[in-house]
Parts: sequence; C-alpha cells; structure tokens
Amino acid sequence: MDLRFTPEEQAFRKEVREWVAANLPRDIKEKVDRGIELTCDDFSRWMRILSERGWIATNWPKEAGGPGLNIAQKYILEEEIFLGGAPRTVHFGTRMVGPVLLRYGTEEQKKKYLPKILTSEEIWCQGYSEPGAGSDLASLKTSAVRDGDHYVVNGTKIWTSYAHCADRMFALVRTSVEPKKQDGITVLLIDLKLPGLTVRPIITIDGRHHFNQEFFDNVRVPVEDRVGEEGQGWAIAKYLLGHERSNGSGVSMIKWRATKLREMASKERADGERLENEPAFRRKIAELESDLRALELTSLRVLASASADKPIGPEASVLKFRMACMQQAVTELMMEAGAYYAHPLDREALRGQSNAEQVGPDYQFRMAPEYFQMRGTSIAGGSNEIQKNIIAKRVLGL
Amino acid sequence: MDFEYSDDQSLLKDSVDRFIQNNYGFEQRRKLVATDEGYSDKNWSQFAELGWLGMPFPEQYGGFGGTPVETMIVMEAFGTGLVAEPYLPTVVLGGGAILHGGSEEQKQAILPAVAEGKLKLALAFAERQSRYNLADVETSAKKDGGSYVLNGMKGVVFGAPSADKIIVVARTSGQSRDADGISLFLVDKDAQGLRVRGYPTADGLRAGEVYLDNVKVGADALVGEEGKGLPLLEKVIDHGIAAISAEAVGAMKALNDMTLEYLKTREQFGQPIGRFQVLQHRMVDMFIAHEEAKSMAMMAAMRVDEADETERKKAMSAAKVQIGKSARYVGQQGIQLHGGIGMTDEYAAGHYFKRLTMIDRSFGDTDFHLKRFADL
Ligand SMILES: Cc1cc2nc3c(=O)[nH]c(=O)nc-3n(C[C@H](O)[C@H](O)[C@H](O)COP(=O)(O)OP(=O)(O)OC[C@H]3O[C@@H](n4cnc5c(N)ncnc54)[C@H](O)[C@@H]3O)c2cc1C
Repeated sequence: MDLRFTPEEQAFRKEVREWVAANLPRDIKEKVDRGIELTCDDFSRWMRILSERGWIATNWPKEAGGPGLNIAQKYILEEEIFLGGAPRTVHFGTRMVGPVLLRYGTEEQKKKYLPKILTSEEIWCQGYSEPGAGSDLASLKTSAVRDGDHYVVNGTKIWTSYAHCADRMFALVRTSVEPKKQDGITVLLIDLKLPGLTVRPIITIDGRHHFNQEFFDNVRVPVEDRVGEEGQGWAIAKYLLGHERSNGSGVSMIKWRATKLREMASKERADGERLENEPAFRRKIAELESDLRALELTSLRVLASASADKPIGPEASVLKFRMACMQQAVTELMMEAGAYYAHPLDREALRGQSNAEQVGPDYQFRMAPEYFQMRGTSIAGGSNEIQKNIIAKRVLGL
Repeated sequence: MDFEYSDDQSLLKDSVDRFIQNNYGFEQRRKLVATDEGYSDKNWSQFAELGWLGMPFPEQYGGFGGTPVETMIVMEAFGTGLVAEPYLPTVVLGGGAILHGGSEEQKQAILPAVAEGKLKLALAFAERQSRYNLADVETSAKKDGGSYVLNGMKGVVFGAPSADKIIVVARTSGQSRDADGISLFLVDKDAQGLRVRGYPTADGLRAGEVYLDNVKVGADALVGEEGKGLPLLEKVIDHGIAAISAEAVGAMKALNDMTLEYLKTREQFGQPIGRFQVLQHRMVDMFIAHEEAKSMAMMAAMRVDEADETERKKAMSAAKVQIGKSARYVGQQGIQLHGGIGMTDEYAAGHYFKRLTMIDRSFGDTDFHLKRFADL
C-alpha cells in the first residue's frame, strides 16, 4: 500500500499542468472562472484542442486511439485539466458511443463514427429519458418501426444534455413490445439533422440552457445505424453503466470548486475579518475538505480495483451518490459565502449576452446559479434514491 | 393562549387567498417577473384598495391599524403565490422605519401616501462588506451646516428600482461596526448624486446597488435620532424577519402541496412514486419542516412587538433559524422528488425553491442567527 505517485507520474502531472496553462483559451478559462455559460462553440473549441493533443478519449484502448494511460495517469490528467480552469467536455461520444461501438459496432460503424469523435468534429448526446420514463427507463416508448432499409422513429426524448450542441444522438428506442419491457429496446445512432426531428430548448432553474426535448415525427433512420441486434439495447445500456461511472472527473471538478470556495472565503468579509477566519464558516470549509478526501480516496480505491476483465460493479453507485452530495455541498457553501451578493442574478450577463456594469464580485455567477444547477446532480444519471436502491439490492442483498 | 384568528383576521386571510388564486397563477407570475419592472401596477393599486398597503399603520395615517399577525397573514398568502410586488421593502421595511422611528411630520407625509399606493419605499442597509451585520456601515453622512452629505454605496437594496424614496443607513460618527453613530436618512430617489443600478435577483424579484456621491439632504431627512439609529434598524429588520418567515411558510406549503400531489400522480415502475417508502418518509419530513416553521412564524408575529429588546431578538433569531432549516429542506427535497421536471424554469417547484433559498440569505442566515441567539 502506497499513496505516493511515482516520479514518472509526477513528471506527467507537470507536463499536463504546463500544457493546460499554455493551451486553454483565455476567454474560455475566464468564463469558467466567472460561471458564465459556455456556448456550443466554446465546448467544441476546447474539445478540439484536447483532441489534437490526443487527450480526449482517455478511456479508449490505445489501439482505438486512446492515449494509453494507466489509472493514476488518467486521474492526474483529469485533475490537472480541471484545476487548470478548463470546462467539462460534452463527453457522450467518448464515454458512450466509443465503448459501445468498440464492443458491439460493425466495422463500417466504427469507421464512420469513431474518427470524428476522436477529432471532436462531431458531438454526441444521450437520448435515454422520456417524459414517462426516467428512473424506470425500461418503460420508454419512443418507437422505431422497420420500413425497408429504415426505422421510422416516433416519440419524444427529454432532459437531453447538450442536444443543442450535438450532431448526433445515442438513443434507446422501442422496436417491439415484449412481456418483459427490457426486451424490446434497441440502440439507434440518430443524426439530429434528419427531417422530422426538432429540438426544443429547456431552460433550467439556474437560467442557463443545459438540456432539451426532442420530438420525432416519422424520422427515418437507416438500419445500418442500429447498434447490435434488435432488442439488445438494454444489455448494451447495462454494459455502459460500468463505463459511465468509472471516471473520476466528478472529484476533480469538486476539487476545483473547493479551491474557488477558499478564494472566495478569503475575499469576502465578515465583521471586518476574512470570512475564512469566521469560526462557523471555517469549520464548514474544513468539513468539506475532509469529506472531499474521503471521496477521493474511495474513488481511487474503486478505480484501482477494476480492470479490463473486471469492470466496476454496483459499488460505483457509492461514488455517484457521494459525488452528487459533494457537488451540492461545495456550491451551497459558495452561495453562503456570498451572503447578500448571492441575490443579484442578471440572466443575460450570466449567459454572456450583456455588457452591463458588473454587480458585486466577479465570481457572482458561481453563487446562486451553480447551487441551483447542482441540484440536478442528485437526479441526473440515476437519482440518489436509485443509487441507494442499487446498493441495497445488489451490494447488500436486501 | 389562543392560536385562532379573529373574525376580521379570517376575512383578511380569505381576501388575500382569493387574490392569489385569481391573480397569481404560475404562468401569470412568470410573465410578470419577466417584464422590465418585474411587478404589476394594477396589482399594487388593488393592494391599496384592499387596505393591505396600510396594514400595519395606525388609522390616523390612513392605515388599517393591524398587528404583526395581520402582516403575517398577508405575507403567508403572498408566499403561496410568490408575489413579486415590492410589499416587503415598501410596507414592512421602509414603512416600518418611518412608523417606528419617524417624526410626526414624516409619518404624516409618508405613511398615508404608502397606504394609498402612491409612494414606494426601500431600506438601504447592507453594504458590500457587511454580510448580515447591521452595524457594519461605511457609508458616511457628514454634517454640513443645516444639512448632511451622504457618500458611499449600499448593496442589494430590495425594491430599490421601484422605490420613490430610499431610507439610507449611514454613519454620522464612529468607526465601521460601532453600534453608535448610525443614522437613517429619507432620501428622494431622484436626489442629485444618487444612482441606482437595478437588477433582477435569483428569485425573480428586483433589487439594486445604490451609489451615493455627495448627496445632500436637509436635517428633516433624518429618521430618528442622529447616531442612535442601530436599535431602530434592528427593530425594523426584526419585523422583516417576522414577515419573510410568514412568506417562507406560505411558499413551503405551496411546494409541499405540489410535491405531495406529484407523488400521488407520477408513476414509475408501474406505480405512483408515493408508494416508495423512502419517498413517503421524505414527504413526512417535509411536512414536519413546514409545521415547525409555521409555529415559529406565528411566534415571530406574536413576539416582534415585544418591548424587551433581548427577548424580541432571541425570538426572531430562533424563528429565522427554524425558517432557514425548514426552507432549505423543503426547497431541496421539493426539487429532488420531482426529478428532471423540478429542474426546469417552466415548472413552478423551482421558483418556490429559489425564493426559499433567498429568504435564507436575507436578514441573516442560519449561522448568523444561531450566533446572535447564543450571544444574547
Ligand atoms: C441536469 C440533468 C441532465 C440530464 N441529462 C440527461 C441526458 O443527457 N440524457 C438523458 O437521457 N437523460 C438525462 N437526464 C434525465 C435523468 O436521467 C432523469 O431525470 C432521471 O433518470 C430521473 O428521472 P425523472 O426525471 O423522470 O424522475 P422520476 O423517475 O419520475 O423520479 C422522481 C422522484 O422519484 C424518485 N424515485 C423514482 N423511482 C424510485 C424508486 N424506485 N425508489 C425510490 N425513489 C424513486 C426519484 O429518485 C425522484 O426523486 C438529465 C437530468 C438532469 C436533471
């Protein structure tokens, strides 16, 4: 047992840090820093920069174009990217489509889609949820009916993150109605520009445009864009779960936020002193940081126990749950730090669409909007309740 | 001991509830807060006609002569509809400062005009560095012959954009955070040297930064005694606490009702999600949070006029601590139990959550009031 990084790993950390400092565009860094909404173009620009360096598909095997990093290196890479002030990426292509096509895709599909994911020329979104199918995903109804060389798709998907920035959707659809509802589900890769498909923006409570609803009105999807067999969709989605939850980027982002929280607490004043010296707030920061260590170590422990032939099991739900709690805790403290200055919220300025005179500190938008937005982390990707159900059933056998 | 409303109070409650039902549907409110002003003049006139704008003022000033219980009734109903009109800044804070500290002339000049809906007010107390400490005042007021010259900046002044007059808290002597040397001034919004940078707040209301650059006011602008303004300010803010506690209770009730209904109708896994025991217990905890908050809001209304200052402050701090805890729990879980739809701007739950969150950030958060309670 040893917690230290090797000299090679430390050198790698230095390399990443310097690269991020030199390559992260200033305007993007500033937006992230200030909590201003990023445009699709911002995401795409940064993803292409990562692509050029070969650091976009960190979870792909080397043969497929991944950088061939070990667990420690991947962890270091993610951490240095976030601590360097970079935004998250729209990662459905690398996190979902890549692993699925590598395992289930045809040669043509791999050739058609993987290269453009690697170069970030194409952005993907995840079309799972529907108005009537959230936690109970298997009850999804969007139908795909075979008509010659096409599937005719009808229905609606909702809460689709970044569909407004995406070119394509990785979708779960129903190709047949079976006694067991998991059985009639199929994966389709859908070009979002196809006729009959519309994307409606949904503004979230923080005032930003994060997710969308899509309507499918007789959208004709070529049969060659079906992944695996008809009815294999549920098995593919389950295969993916391990991949989705096996990344540590949540921890790095929380770490970045914790450094920002400290910065804010050193600037805000309480009774003439720095807020970081106010006893109650000081304890809260200490508690957050010690909780963060517990999460980080647990996360590393789970990652280290996994390997190619032994993917992460239901224990991943422990991480998912704790990460949501910590994202919420750190943003709540940021808002608390602001006191009255958590109130002002000019939505146009938040979305980078106004040059009006600044109100309050320049980290204004990291307070209320981030806190509001992070309420979604305990809902998205399997709610806290669902994670606990998984742990209760599949880990504890209750 | 009596927790029942009088007949008049019951009538008042019915009339405010009815107003909310007819005029404050979620879509109506959404449209309203998206306008430049963020509220409706028509509603404001109706408040005047119904006597709500003069609720706490004595009859000789055109008021209704109501107690804080009447204010509680109004504010609780306002909370259920998330009323956006600047009632709190005008009637409770600005009106309160004049009512509790103003001269006879000031009362006669201001209170009837407020009651008639002709005059809106704001109370500018916070500053960039002050957090919730009411004595942390750096804005200065220097005596210059028979007048005062005000300089500085007041931050996050609720209702500043709509106010005709702003009551500015400034320091006439002493150092920042000294209890002595704080004075209140009634200033015209269009006074020379006064500038308001207005903005929407996270909960859809309006506030503003108030910049004072050599603003000259006469001695008659002084509200209360020079240098002795802190006890007055504390009293007014305590009235503010009682009022927003009631508002929070109304908002919690609305959010709880909406969430309970959702648990009964939303189906996943072939059953209403309210069948899942973990959600039942959560809903029960939300119900309990509201009940306790309601008790404390009632206590706040009944104790805010308490003559013993220490007792009053303790009571208001205790109320605010409970409101903060309950508002946070009900707000967060209200979103959680709705799933994705709870996160959207087009659904009401999030708007209640946001107002509840901001109430916790007004007039002192939970930590601030725990400390004040302990120190008293
Ligand atoms: C910010 C955000 C981004 C998202 N991005 C995407 C995306 O890109 N693509 C996509 O497909 N989807 C996305 N989603 C949707 C997300 O996966 C769903 O919101 C989630 O699965 C919950 O489904 P629901 O919203 O229908 O809530 P419901 O399933 O209706 O849940 C409502 C409440 O009931 C609880 N509940 C449900 N079942 C049980 C049970 N058995 N036991 C106990 N409690 C239960 C839930 O925990 C929740 O509190 C996103 C959601 C959010 C908030």
